Amino acid sequence: MDTHAALYRQGQARLDMLRQLKSRDGQSLTSKMKEHGITRRDFMKWSASVTAMLALPLPFSTLVAEAAELADRVPLIWLHMAECTGCSESLIRTDTPNLDSLIFDHVSLEYHETLMAAAGWQAEENLEHAMEAYKGQYLLAVEGAVPTANNGAYLTVGCKGHTGLEIVKHAAEGAAAIISVGTCAAFGGIQAASPNPTGAKGIHEVVDKTVINLGGCPPSEKNIVGTLMYFIMFGKLPALDMFNRPKWAYGARVHDNCERRGRFDAGEFVEEFGDQGAKEGYCLYKVGCKGPYTYNNCPTERFNHHTSWPVLAGHGCMGCSEPNFWDDMADFEKPLGRQLLHGIDATADTVGAVILGATAVGIGAHAVTSIFAKPLEE
Amino acid sequence: MSKRVVIDPITRIEGHLRVEVEVDENNVINKAWSSSTLWRGIEVILKGRTPMDVGLIVQRICGVCTYSHYRAGIEAVENALGTEIPLNAKYLRSLMQTSLYMHDHIVHFYHLHGLDWVDVVSALSADPAAAAQEALKYTANPISAGEGELRAVQERVKGFVETGKLGPFANAYWGNGTYKFTPEQNLIALSHYLKALEVQRVAAEMLAIFGGKSPHPQSLVVGGVTSVRDMLSPARLQEWKQKHAIVTDFIHRAYKADIVMAAAAFGGEPSVLGGVNVKNFMATNDFVLADGQYMFDQGVIMNGDLAGVTDINPDLIKEDVTHAWYKADGAQHPYDGTTVPDYTGFVERDTVYGKLPTLDGDGKYSWVKSPRYDDEPMEVGPLASLLVSYAKGNKVVVDSVNGLLEATGLPIEALFTTLGRTAARMLQTVIVAEEGLKTFDAMLVNMQSDESTYVKPVMDSSQEYVGHSMIEAPRGMLSHWIRIKGGLVENYQAVVPTTWNAGPVDANGKMGPYEASLIGLKLEDPTKPLEVIRIIHSFDPCMACSVHVMDFKGQELGEFRIDPNGQ
Repeated sequence: MDTHAALYRQGQARLDMLRQLKSRDGQSLTSKMKEHGITRRDFMKWSASVTAMLALPLPFSTLVAEAAELADRVPLIWLHMAECTGCSESLIRTDTPNLDSLIFDHVSLEYHETLMAAAGWQAEENLEHAMEAYKGQYLLAVEGAVPTANNGAYLTVGCKGHTGLEIVKHAAEGAAAIISVGTCAAFGGIQAASPNPTGAKGIHEVVDKTVINLGGCPPSEKNIVGTLMYFIMFGKLPALDMFNRPKWAYGARVHDNCERRGRFDAGEFVEEFGDQGAKEGYCLYKVGCKGPYTYNNCPTERFNHHTSWPVLAGHGCMGCSEPNFWDDMADFEKPLGRQLLHGIDATADTVGAVILGATAVGIGAHAVTSIFAKPLEE
Repeated sequence: MSKRVVIDPITRIEGHLRVEVEVDENNVINKAWSSSTLWRGIEVILKGRTPMDVGLIVQRICGVCTYSHYRAGIEAVENALGTEIPLNAKYLRSLMQTSLYMHDHIVHFYHLHGLDWVDVVSALSADPAAAAQEALKYTANPISAGEGELRAVQERVKGFVETGKLGPFANAYWGNGTYKFTPEQNLIALSHYLKALEVQRVAAEMLAIFGGKSPHPQSLVVGGVTSVRDMLSPARLQEWKQKHAIVTDFIHRAYKADIVMAAAAFGGEPSVLGGVNVKNFMATNDFVLADGQYMFDQGVIMNGDLAGVTDINPDLIKEDVTHAWYKADGAQHPYDGTTVPDYTGFVERDTVYGKLPTLDGDGKYSWVKSPRYDDEPMEVGPLASLLVSYAKGNKVVVDSVNGLLEATGLPIEALFTTLGRTAARMLQTVIVAEEGLKTFDAMLVNMQSDESTYVKPVMDSSQEYVGHSMIEAPRGMLSHWIRIKGGLVENYQAVVPTTWNAGPVDANGKMGPYEASLIGLKLEDPTKPLEVIRIIHSFDPCMACSVHVMDFKGQELGEFRIDPNGQ
């Protein structure tokens, strides 16, 4: 594990390297910010909030600021596979006002089917050009699972009729890093749920490189943009957990930081949607919350500019950032009980016991889960 | 000598869509094929699961109309079980739908469709001062269109262009002769493209207030809604109203004004004056306003005859797979539909880009089925919804449509065009924003005396249930159909807007709206088919929605009974 000092040095080295690259335009960030009415103070405030979001010590905010200024040198290719475009919809809601769009401008978005102006033949040319011109340098983000049954024929993209499988494999070859955006790209998602009729797979199952998995259906806009920023700053992958999810975002259980946690500890549960407990914000475990089995920063970062998250809206967490959750965590309005769930069944048992009355035992359950979910060291 | 033009991917849509056309020596399209190139199989996956999970699963059909499938799935189950939800839940669902429409239509027009109307490169040569004056022609109070703002936008985009590294704007059809805005008008629209990026975030936050998040909100359950705390919180209610005001302001001062501007600029452009060659329209009633009232009406219009609007008869819906990658004998009612996959792939032939794999128009060529109503193809969507309501004399809609015709000086026939389809989406957004507040007020009043938001559904696992929902999604009429047996999903099917519009030709040789809309269209340059993309985008394609309906293993999808009363 990196010490912070070593990480900081690494970040500085990375920025020095980026500085050597040719700028896309002659305009400095300072003048751009001025143009948009953004003061240096606003910018530094933003940098500090991103730093906090990435769970880094405050001194790192200067690195974040510098990284933002240099970010335009990193080309980004975003592919759509078998998906619903929800992750792209999440991306376009990226929320820090004004500055987010500035950052968006600074990543050179070479290919993104939902956002790009080019279409058809010309769009395909953009993809081929980017893969060639930025070989070894581009970030590859993939949204959606890859259908593999029938030689991948359940998805073709482009005038040349290539399958999604062929396109992902090819794009992965020249990528500096690969990010699976959302549960479909990470773990197959809904189309991979039983009986998985198209043989849908997560990206890491069809390419030979390390893939960062951003679980979530969709992941919050913060987890998407934050992960891009991490790579841009440090030129390497962030520390990852056992499912290759960035620890800064997926390091804690939803349950641990839940706003209703006090209610859980006090044994106060919503028994039925719309009851008095629901009106008063009681714990949703008994109506199916999967927060105790789910790793994500939803309770702290929320969604849509911190507006809300499912548990605040009175609906239990459905565990959408976990592998196979569509099968493993169904049905979603009932407590998980004693199902075996990637090694933390002991916790499920304990939590089950808690619900039956022994609330205090729950404290022990957290420790157990932490051991099982201990991330693989990089 | 006819030439084949291949367009894949059609970008700035949801999903994977391929369109091919054949043009004659004058570059006029005489044949067209529309194909979805992805299949996911969600309905197969639904089988054997609890009906209570259906909403969350079918929601993943689409992350754009993210709320529509969620609601349709939940309401199909409620319909099957005979669950009558509390009035507050109806109001809240209607409010969430209001939020979705305000978000989705804005994103569609500005970020997906917009670049078919707006030449970004041309905007760079505009005079910002003149553009600021121009903006005043279309509204007395334009937003993000002052001289200083326009100049800043122009400078910002200039940076991209001068370096030759255009990012998402690279390699598009800039300079095409069918772009009709002046440089000043392009600059106004470009400024609104950027402003809309901000505003759409606010609209998404509206949905998240009562939905937990957007996309994929998570606050509906069979029996009602879960966000009762937010509904009881004056602060949350006010938050919604405040964001509603911000978005509504943009809709009036930018969206409405830009459509009037487009009508003026593109009014004489042949490629936007056609595009409605299937003149059959269908829409259902939706948006609960107050007890028993709806914002939009249901009905069917055949051959453009507004005087002859009839009620929908669900028995007349059938799906044909003659040219879809499935085997079947004849058109089938969705309840009795069988689906045996029969993927035949592409056929190599000469195109304007050389030899390529192409769609086999004589055989099968799409994962989308072809739904038909009384054997006829139908257009669904905002234009269909407005025409049906207009034909039925819905006062709000009649006034709204007449108001636009007056403002643009266009005759009613202008509605039956690509321009009309695009304008209808805007009019629908305005109506939804304004009328949606009535629902908000009705909910406030009702909550004073009644705080119920949920009734527990009753399901007897020894009984068999059948039910369906029929709602309006932003892309048009959406219906979900379910059979429940042994307390589990026995069968499930969705007939979605994009399936109606994008399906391939049927056994009778009748084209669906996408394909028909392209026939007769003249292209300026077949290697840069902007006109095709503009027309196809005006339907707001959503391909993931349209191709989940097939059963991979080809099992019998089961038999359903239809009850038009929805019981």
